[in-house]
Amino acid sequence: MAENRQATPVPRGPGADPRSYERPKSFTASLSRLLKYLDKSKVLVALVLVLLFLSSASMLAGSYFLKPLINQYIIPGDFAGLAGALLGLGCIYLVGVAASYLQSRLTIRLAQRTTNIIRAELFDKMQALPLKFFDTNTHGELMSRYTNDVDNVQLMLEQSLTQLVSSVLTFGGSIVMMIILSPLLFAFTALVLVLMIFMSSRIGGKSRTYFQKQQALLGQLNGNIEEAIGGLKEVKVFNHEEAMKKDFDKINENFRGAATKANFYAGVIMPIMGNLNNIVYAGTAVFGGMLTIAGRFDIGSLAAFLQYSRQVGMPINQITSQINNILAAVAGAERIFDVMDREPEIDEGDVTLLAVKKNAVGDLVPVEKDDKAKLWTWRVPIDGGKNGETELVPLRGDVRFENVCFSYDGKKTVLKNLSLHALPGQTIAFVGSTGAGKTTITNLLNRFYDVDSGRITYDGIDVRRIRKDDLRHSLGMVLQDTHLFTGSVMENIRYGRLDATDEECVTTARAASASSFIERLPEGYDTVISGDGANLSQGQRQLLAIARDYVASPPVLILDEATSSIDTRTEHLIARGMDALFEGRTAFVIAHRLSTVRRANAIAVLEHGEIIELGSHESLLEKKGRYYELCMGVRELD
Amino acid sequence: MKLFLGKYKKHILVCVGLMMGDVTCTMLMPMLMAKIVDIGVATKDVAYISRMGMGMVALALLCIAIGMLNAKFSAEASQGFAANLRKALFNKIQAFSFSNIDRFSAPSLVTRLTSDVTQLQNTLLMCLRMLLRAPLMLIAAIIFAVSINARLSLVIVVAIPLLVIGIILVLRTAERLFSAMQRKIDALNGTVQENLVAIRVVKAFVREAHEKSKFKKSNDELTQSAINAGNLISMMMPLMMFVMNGAMIAVIWAGGKMVHAGGMGTGALISFISYLMEILLSVMMFSMVFILFARAEACGKRIVEVLDTKIDISDRALLPSKEKRALVSKGRIEFRNVDFKYSTEAMAHNVLSCINLTIEPGEFVAIVGGTGSGKTSLVSLIPRLYDVMAGQVLVDDVDVRDYRIENLRSGVGMVLQKNVLFSGSIRENLLWGDGNASEEEVAEAARNAQADDFVRSFPEGYATELGQGGVNVSGGQKQRLCIARAILKKPAILILDDSTSAVDTATETKIRAAFAQKLKGTTILMIAQRISSVRDADKIVVLDEGKIVGIGTHEDLFSNNAIYRDICVSQQEGLSA
Repeated sequence: MAENRQATPVPRGPGADPRSYERPKSFTASLSRLLKYLDKSKVLVALVLVLLFLSSASMLAGSYFLKPLINQYIIPGDFAGLAGALLGLGCIYLVGVAASYLQSRLTIRLAQRTTNIIRAELFDKMQALPLKFFDTNTHGELMSRYTNDVDNVQLMLEQSLTQLVSSVLTFGGSIVMMIILSPLLFAFTALVLVLMIFMSSRIGGKSRTYFQKQQALLGQLNGNIEEAIGGLKEVKVFNHEEAMKKDFDKINENFRGAATKANFYAGVIMPIMGNLNNIVYAGTAVFGGMLTIAGRFDIGSLAAFLQYSRQVGMPINQITSQINNILAAVAGAERIFDVMDREPEIDEGDVTLLAVKKNAVGDLVPVEKDDKAKLWTWRVPIDGGKNGETELVPLRGDVRFENVCFSYDGKKTVLKNLSLHALPGQTIAFVGSTGAGKTTITNLLNRFYDVDSGRITYDGIDVRRIRKDDLRHSLGMVLQDTHLFTGSVMENIRYGRLDATDEECVTTARAASASSFIERLPEGYDTVISGDGANLSQGQRQLLAIARDYVASPPVLILDEATSSIDTRTEHLIARGMDALFEGRTAFVIAHRLSTVRRANAIAVLEHGEIIELGSHESLLEKKGRYYELCMGVRELD
Repeated sequence: MKLFLGKYKKHILVCVGLMMGDVTCTMLMPMLMAKIVDIGVATKDVAYISRMGMGMVALALLCIAIGMLNAKFSAEASQGFAANLRKALFNKIQAFSFSNIDRFSAPSLVTRLTSDVTQLQNTLLMCLRMLLRAPLMLIAAIIFAVSINARLSLVIVVAIPLLVIGIILVLRTAERLFSAMQRKIDALNGTVQENLVAIRVVKAFVREAHEKSKFKKSNDELTQSAINAGNLISMMMPLMMFVMNGAMIAVIWAGGKMVHAGGMGTGALISFISYLMEILLSVMMFSMVFILFARAEACGKRIVEVLDTKIDISDRALLPSKEKRALVSKGRIEFRNVDFKYSTEAMAHNVLSCINLTIEPGEFVAIVGGTGSGKTSLVSLIPRLYDVMAGQVLVDDVDVRDYRIENLRSGVGMVLQKNVLFSGSIRENLLWGDGNASEEEVAEAARNAQADDFVRSFPEGYATELGQGGVNVSGGQKQRLCIARAILKKPAILILDDSTSAVDTATETKIRAAFAQKLKGTTILMIAQRISSVRDADKIVVLDEGKIVGIGTHEDLFSNNAIYRDICVSQQEGLSA
C-alpha cells in the first residue's frame, strides 16, 4: 500500500552529496560518545523508537491486510464484513500516520536540541583554548567544524538514524511476513535480493572512488576561483586575463570529467535497484500464480506478497546510503571532539584584582568596580592561601622582565635572556627588525604564551601567579590588525568597557580623533559596521581601536604598531590625546615609525631577541649605535 | 540559461525520450501482472503465466538499460551545463572593471561561481532524472487506470487536487521558514568567524563570557527556527499518507464491489491500486518541483545579475584603427579638470575635484596627503581602472579612453597598495610582467627592486613555490617582488601606491637609486607616507580632500605650503639632511 514511506520531503539528488564518503577513525568510541548527548533525553529516544516501530508495523500490517480483505471479504462478497475490515484498515493507517508524524516532530526537536548543545559546547571550549591553538589552525579549518561537521551530525540525528532504523524494520519485517506467507516463494525472492545487495555495494564502491576524485578537484577548482577573484585587480593591471581564463578552463574541464563519472555511478543505482525489484515482482507474480494454480496458494496471499516484494527493495538502498551518512557524521564528530578535548589555557593564578578605596580611617576597603575614586590593587594570598589571608599590593604598573627566554616552537629561540625594568608611568618603546621579538614580549606580558625560563613580574608579583582574566583586565592592548565586530560604532567602542555610557564613548572618540570621521558616517555612532570593519579604511579602524582602548582605561598599555596605517599628520593630531592616555600609565609601544617612538622615556632596540641598546632618544642618538643608524635610514629594519 | 546547454541540448531530448520509454515499461508491468492473476490463474494456464512473466522480466531489463543510458546522458548534460556556465561567468568576471568588482564583493562572486552554479546543476540533474518522470508517470498512470476502470478513476479526481493544495500550502510556508533559518545560520557562522579572527581582542579584553552569551543567543535562535521549519515539513508525510490511504480504502470498497459483481478482475483491482499509488506519488514529486525551482530561481537570478552587468570600462567600439594601435611610449601624463567619485559611495561629495596636473616624461613625481585625500583614486585613473566623471586624463597626449585597454595597460605599470601574489613559483609570478622575459631580465628586475638577494637566499631561488596569496614571504619581501613584477613590464609609466610601506628606509633608498639609474626614461609616480621617500622627487603633489593644494619641490613646499610643512614636522623632517 504505502510504498514510498521513506521518501524524504525535500529530495536530495541521488548520491549528490559528496561529503558522505569519509570514514571515522574509531567508529564505536566516537559514536557512543556522540550518543551520550542523548542521555538526558532517554525518554524521548525511547518514545521515538516506539513510534518508529509503530509506524513500520502499521505499514507491514496494512500490506498483510490485503490477504484477508481479498480472500474473506471481496471474493466471497461479504460487504458488511468488508466495511468493518476497511474500518479496521483505516485505523491501522491512522495509527501509522499519527506515529510517523509524532516521531518526526520528536526527532527534529531532539536532533536540534542536541546539535544546539554540541555547538555551544564546542564554542565554549574553544574560547578557553590558548592562543597557540588559533595561531596553528587556519580559520577555514575551524569554521568547517561549525558548518560541515556540525551539519553532518545534525543530519545524522535528524534523518539518518531514524531512517536507518525504519528501513531495517521495514526490510526485516517484510522478509518475515513473506516467509510467513510462503517460504517457497520467499526462497526465490531471496536469491534476487542477494543479487541486489551485491550490486548496491559494488556500484556504491565505484561511486565513492569517483566522488573522492571529484572532491579533490573541487578543492582545486574553488581554490583557483578564490585566487582569481581575490586578485582580480592585479589581473587587470597586468593584462593577465587571457592566461587566467586558460588556467581556469583546464581545471574546469578536469572537474567536469570527474564529476560526470561520479554522477553517472550515483545515478545508475536507482534504475538498477528499482528494476531488480521489479524482477522480484515479476517472478513473484509468475511463481505465485503457478502455486495458486497448484492450489498451494491463494490470491489474497499473492496480493499481500506482491505488496511486500514491492516494499523490500527500497530499504536496501536506503540502508547503504544512510550508513554512509552516519559514517561521515561520526567522522565529523571526531573532529569536533578533537577540538573539545584540547587542553584549555592553564590558569593556576591565585592573585586577583581588587578595586579599593581609602576609607575615613585610612584603610583600604573594597568598592564597586565603577567607583570613580577607586584604586586598583592586587589581592595576593599569603602562604598559598592556607588561612585565607591576603595582602593587598597596589597596582602601579611596575613591570620587570628577568632573564626571559622564549621560543614558540621549541626550536627557534625568539627571546634570549631578556631583561628590562619599566617603572610605573614610563613609556617604553621597542624597535627592531621583524622577528626580533617585539610582539612576543607583549604576548608574554599578556600571558597569551608563557615564558620558557626566567620570569616576568608585575608590581613584584610573578605574572604566572596572577589569574589571566585579572591580568588582562589590567592591560590594554591595541594591535596592528585591528579587529572590530559586526555592530554599531558605539557598540564597538563600548567593547572596551561594557558599562561605559554613550557620553563616555563619544568623549573618548573625540580624544582619539575618531569623532570627525564617525560623525560623517551615514548614521554617525549608530552606523553598523560589517564584520572586520570592511567599510572603513585601515586608518579609521585603528582610530576606533584606540578609542576602544581609551574607554577601557587600563593601568598598563600595550600598543603594537597601533598607528602604522594612520598617516603622520593624523597621528600628530591624536598624539596629544595619546599623551593624555599615557599620562600616569605604564606603556609599551612597538613601532616601525620612528616618529611614534621618539617620545618614549626609554627606547629598547631589539635584535634577535636581545636588547642591544636601551636609553632615551637623545642618549641613543649620541651613542651613534644601532638606533642612530635606524634613524638615519642607513640600516634595514625589515 | 538555455544557451549554456550548448551541445548538450540533444542530451535533453534523449533523456526525455528515454524517460518516456521507462515510464511506458514501468506502467506496463502492473498490467501484465493483472493479466497473470485474472487470466492465467483463473484459467490455470501455466504457459501463459510464464509468458507474461518473461515479458515482465524483459521489460525490467529494458528499464535497466534505459536507466543506465539516462544516467549517462543526464550526468553529461548537467555537468556540461555547469562547466559552460562556470566558464561564462569566469570570463565575464575577468572582463569586469574595478567599479564592477566593487559592486559585487569578492566573496559574493566566489559564491556565485561555486555554490550557485552547483545548485543550478543539481536542479537540472534532478529534472532529468526524477522530475521528468513525474508528469510522464502521472499521465501514463492516469491512462492506464482509466483504461482499467473509468468509474473507479473518479477517486483520482478527488484525491489529486486535495494532495496538490495541501503540498503547495506546506511548501510555500516552508520556503519562508527555510529562508529565515538560512539567515540565522549565516548570523551564527558570522559570529564564529569573527571570534576566530579577533580572538586576541576577545582574550585581551576578557570578553569570553560576553562572546559566549552572544553565541548562545544566536544558537538558540537558530535551533528554534530550525525546529519550526522541520515541524512544518513533518506535516508532509501525514498529509500524503492521509490522502493516499484514504484513496486506497475508497478504491478497495468500490473496487471490491465491482470485483464481486464480476465487472472487474481481482488482478485488475490489484494493479489499479498500483497505478493509484503511482499517480499520487507522481503528484507529490511534481509539487516538489516548486520548491526546487524556487531555490534554483534565486540562484539563477544571482548568476544572471553577473552575466548581465554592463562592463563600464571597455574599448570604445568606434576607435579609429590607427588609435587602436597606439602604444604608450613617452610617458607624458596630463589631468585636465578632472572630477571623480566612486559610483558605489553613498557620500555625496567627489573624491577628486578640479584636478589639473601635467607630468613630463621621465619625471619622478611624488603624491602625498592625508588618509582618504584621494591619492590612490588619482593614480587609478591613469591606466583607466576607473573612468572620470568630468574632465580628461591624457597619456602621451591621447585621452585614455581612446586607447585599446590592453595597450594602455601594457604601457602603465602599477604596484597596488594591497599586494597579491599567486600560487606558483616566484619566477611565474614575476613573469606576469612579461611572459617572454629571459632569466637575465627577470633577475635584473629583481635586483633593481632589491629582491634578488633574498630570493637567492631561498633554497630553491626563483623556483620557490608561493602558497595561495604568497604566504611564505614577509610583507616587505612581498612588496619588493611586486615592484620587480611591475618593473619587468618595462612600462613607460610606473605607479607605486604606498608600495614601500613595509620596506625600511635604507632599502627603499636603494630602490630609488636603482630607479634613477636604470629606469631613467620611465615616468615614476610614487604615493608615499614617508617624506624621506619623496624628498628627491622632481615634483611633489600635495592632495587634501580631493584637491591639489600644492605642487613643487620639497624645499619649495616646505617654505610655502602649510599642509606640507605640517606633514614634515609630524615626521620631524626638516630642511637639513
